[in-house]
Amino acid sequence: MAEFIQILVSGLAAGSIYALAAVGFTLLWQASQTINFAQGEFVMLPAFFVLIGMNFLGLGLWPAVGFALLLSLLILGLTFKKLIVEPMLPHGTLPLVIATIALGLLMKESVKEFYGATAQPFPPIFPQKVFHVLGASVSAQDIGNLAVSMLAILGLQLFLSRTRTGRCMQASAQNPQVAEILGVDVKRMALYTFLINAALATIASVLISPVYLAKFSNGETLGLVAFIAAIVGGFNQIRGALVGGLLIGVIDNISAVYISAQYRAAVPLLLLIAIILFRPQGLLGSKEGRAV
Amino acid sequence: MSAPILSVRNISKRFGGIRAVNDVSFDVHKGEILGLIGPNGSGKSTLFNCILGQLKPTEGHCELNGVSTDGVRPAELSLMGVGRTFQQLSVFPKMTVLDNVILAGQEHEGSMLSRLFGESDAGLTRKAEQLIEFFRLTPYRDTEAGSLSYGQQKLVDAAMAFMAGPGIVLLDEPAGGVNLTMLAHLKERLQTYNREHGVTFVVIEHNMEFVMSLCTRIIVLAQGEIIAEGSPEEIRANQMVIDAYLGG
Amino acid sequence: MTRKQILFVVLGIAALIAAPLGQGNYIIYTMTSWLLFSIAAMGLNLTLGYAGQISLAQAGFMGVGAYVTALMTLAGVPWILAALSSIGSAFVVGLLLGYPALRVQHHFLAFVTLAFNTLLFLVLRNEEEITGGSFGLMGMERPTVFGISTDGNLNFYYFALVCFLVAAGIMWWILRSPWGRAFKALRENPIRAESLGLKVRRQTLLAFAIGSAFAGLAGALQSPLVQFIEPSSFALNHSLKILLMVVVGGAGFFFGPMLGAAVVILLPEILRFTEGYYLIIYALLVIVLMVYSPNGLIGAGQKIWSKFKPKHEARRDLEKGFQL
Repeated sequence: MAEFIQILVSGLAAGSIYALAAVGFTLLWQASQTINFAQGEFVMLPAFFVLIGMNFLGLGLWPAVGFALLLSLLILGLTFKKLIVEPMLPHGTLPLVIATIALGLLMKESVKEFYGATAQPFPPIFPQKVFHVLGASVSAQDIGNLAVSMLAILGLQLFLSRTRTGRCMQASAQNPQVAEILGVDVKRMALYTFLINAALATIASVLISPVYLAKFSNGETLGLVAFIAAIVGGFNQIRGALVGGLLIGVIDNISAVYISAQYRAAVPLLLLIAIILFRPQGLLGSKEGRAV
Repeated sequence: MSAPILSVRNISKRFGGIRAVNDVSFDVHKGEILGLIGPNGSGKSTLFNCILGQLKPTEGHCELNGVSTDGVRPAELSLMGVGRTFQQLSVFPKMTVLDNVILAGQEHEGSMLSRLFGESDAGLTRKAEQLIEFFRLTPYRDTEAGSLSYGQQKLVDAAMAFMAGPGIVLLDEPAGGVNLTMLAHLKERLQTYNREHGVTFVVIEHNMEFVMSLCTRIIVLAQGEIIAEGSPEEIRANQMVIDAYLGG
Repeated sequence: MTRKQILFVVLGIAALIAAPLGQGNYIIYTMTSWLLFSIAAMGLNLTLGYAGQISLAQAGFMGVGAYVTALMTLAGVPWILAALSSIGSAFVVGLLLGYPALRVQHHFLAFVTLAFNTLLFLVLRNEEEITGGSFGLMGMERPTVFGISTDGNLNFYYFALVCFLVAAGIMWWILRSPWGRAFKALRENPIRAESLGLKVRRQTLLAFAIGSAFAGLAGALQSPLVQFIEPSSFALNHSLKILLMVVVGGAGFFFGPMLGAAVVILLPEILRFTEGYYLIIYALLVIVLMVYSPNGLIGAGQKIWSKFKPKHEARRDLEKGFQL
C-alpha cells in the first residue's frame, strides 16, 4: 500500500508535467493544425535559458526564471509563429511537420554545441523535504510539481472559458471563418496560443529539470510522451491532454516497478496503439470534435 | 409508366429539434430532368445528402432501382451507376483534363489488380476524348484542370460525372458562379446528353431561370416539405411558390 | 515516355555505372548506401508524395527487412529467398499496421507508425536470443547471385545498382498504371475521388504497404552491405531521416527521393569542415527550404525555372475547390 501511494504520487507529479507539454501540443494543433514535433525540445530549452541567466548574467533563480519565460515567449512563441508556422500554413501539414522536426534538431544541437553535452544540475524550486504519509515517503518536490502544474492548467481552463479573449480563442480554433466574420482577430488569437504554449513549456521545463537534470537530449522522450498523452486523452481538448498526461505518468511509474525495465518504455506505446484501435477519439474526446 | 429509377420514400431528417426534411416522397423516372428548388434552408441539401447515403435519414429511405442507398459508401454508389457533381469546384487541379476524365471512368473497369497490370489509360482515352469533345474542351485536353476558368472547370466536372456511363446523375448547383454564356452552353450540353443517352438528372439549383429552362419537372421545397410539384409552367404560375420565394 | 526522357534515363544509368570506377572504398560504400536509401525513400514517396499519408516507420520497415535477411542468410538460406521474405514481411506488417490506422482518421497513420518504430526498436534490443540485442547480428556474407559473387565493394555496388534499377522500374510501372492516377487523385481531392468510385481506404492502404515493402528491400540489402546490423540503425530518428530525404528532394516527384537521399547523405560530408556545427547548419537549411519551397528542391528548381520561362499561371481564387 505504502509503495503504491509512493508510485502513485510520483507518477501523478511526473504526469502533470507531461500534461503541461501535452496541453500546449493540443492547443497548437487546434489553433493552427501544427503538429509540433519539436514540443519536447520546447520543454528542454527554457531550463537552459534559466541556467544562462544564473551562470552568465548573475541573476538569482527567480529572476532567471522570469528571464527564461521572456525569452521563451519571444523565441518559442512569437518567432516560431511568425517565422516558421505562418509562412508554411498555406502549404498544408507536411512541410510544417518536417520544419518542426528540423527545428527540434536545431535546438538540440545548438544546446549541445553552445552550452554543453553533459547533463547540467538545475537548482531545486521546492524545499528538499520528504513527508511521511501512511508509511509512504512523499517528497515536497512531487507535491509542488503536481500543485503548480494543476494550477497552471486550471488557470488556463478558466482563462479560456471565462474571459472574453479566451472565448475568442476557442471560437477561432473551432471555426476560424465564422470567428473572423464575427470580428475576432483570428491571427492574434493564434499568436496568443503560441505564447501560451511557450509559457507552459517554460513551467514544465523549470519543474522537470531539477528531477532529470537539464540535458540537450531531454526533449526526445518528453516530446514522445506529450504526443502520446495528447492522443490518449483526446486530441481536441485540454481535459483530455491533462488526463492523458497524468495517466501516462502513473502507468510509466507502475510499469517501472512491476514490469521488466526493458519493456517499460513499451507500455505507453502499447496504450497509444490500443487507444487508436479501440477509441480513436481518445478517452475524453468526442467524435463530433474537429476533424483531424 | 415503368418502375422509377430513384424513389424517395417518406424521408424525414431531424437535427436535434430541427426538422430539416419532413416526410418527403417522390419518384424519378428514366430520362427525366428533375429540378429540386427551394429557398435557403428549405432542406434541399439535406435531402440530397440523404439520397446519396451521406446522411442517414431519421425516417424513410431511398431506393435506387429497388436497392436501398442507406449506408452505401460514396464509392459503391458510383459503382451502382450514380454520377454526381459538387457544389464547390471538384476537379483534380494538378492533373490534366484528360486524366481527370479518365480517372472518373477507370475504377469502373476491371478489378483493382487488373488496373495495376493493365494499360496506363485503362483503355479509356478514346471515350474520354469523346466526352471532352462533347463539352467542347478539346483545346484543353492536356491542360492542368486547375488552370482553367471557373466555368470550364464546371464542364470538366460534368464530363467526369458522365464518364462511367451512369444511369442517373445528381447535379448540385451546377449554375453557381458560372457566367451567362457558359451557362447557356452548359444547359444546352446537359439537355443534349439527356436526349442522346436517356440519362436521368436530378438538379439542385438556386438559379430559377436555369432550372425552368432545363428541367422537365420541378419539385419545390420549403421548410423541409414539398409545397409544389409540376412542369415548369405550372410552377411558374403557382401562388404558393411565389409566396415562399418572395416571403409573402 | 518521350524520347528526351529515355535519353535522360539512359545517360543517368550510364553515369551510375561509371561513377564508382577508380574511386576509393569509402566513396563506393557511401554511394551504395545512397542507392539503398533511395530505394527506401522511393517507397516512402509513394506513401507520402502520392497517397498523402505520413509514415514515420520507414527505417523500422528497413529493420524488418534487414533482420529477416540477416537471420535467414545466417541460417544458410540464399539471399534471393531471404530478400523476397524481407519484402513480403514488410508488406504484411504494413498491411497490419495500416488497416486499423486508416480505418480511423487521416493523421493516425503517422502516430501508429511512430509507435511501431519505437516498439520495434525495443523488441530488437531486448530479444537478445533472436536478434542479438544491442550487440546486433554480424557476419552476413555478401551474396552470390546467379553464380556471380558480389564480394568486394565495387561488385556489391553494381549488385545494389541492379536492385535499385529494378525497384525504380517497378515504381515507375505502378505510377504509370491507373493506380498512379488514382494515387494522385487521392492526394488532390479524396472526396471527389471517392464519389467517382475510388475505394479510398483500400488504395491508400496498398500504397502504404507497397511503400513499406520497398523499405523491406532496402533492409535486405543493408544486411550484406554493412555485414553488421544493430537496433539503433533502425530507430525513429532514421525514419525521420528518410522522411527528410523525400521532402527535401520533393515529395510527389519521381526523382525527388533520389535527389533527397543524395543531399541527406552527402551534406554531412560536405559540411564536415564545420565540425560540430554541421547538424545545426543542416537543420537551418531544411527549415529555410521548407519555408521557401515546401515542394523540396525539385519544387524550388521548377519555381526558379518558371521565373525565367513565363507560364500560364493558375488562378489562385479557384483553389478553394481543392479542399472541399
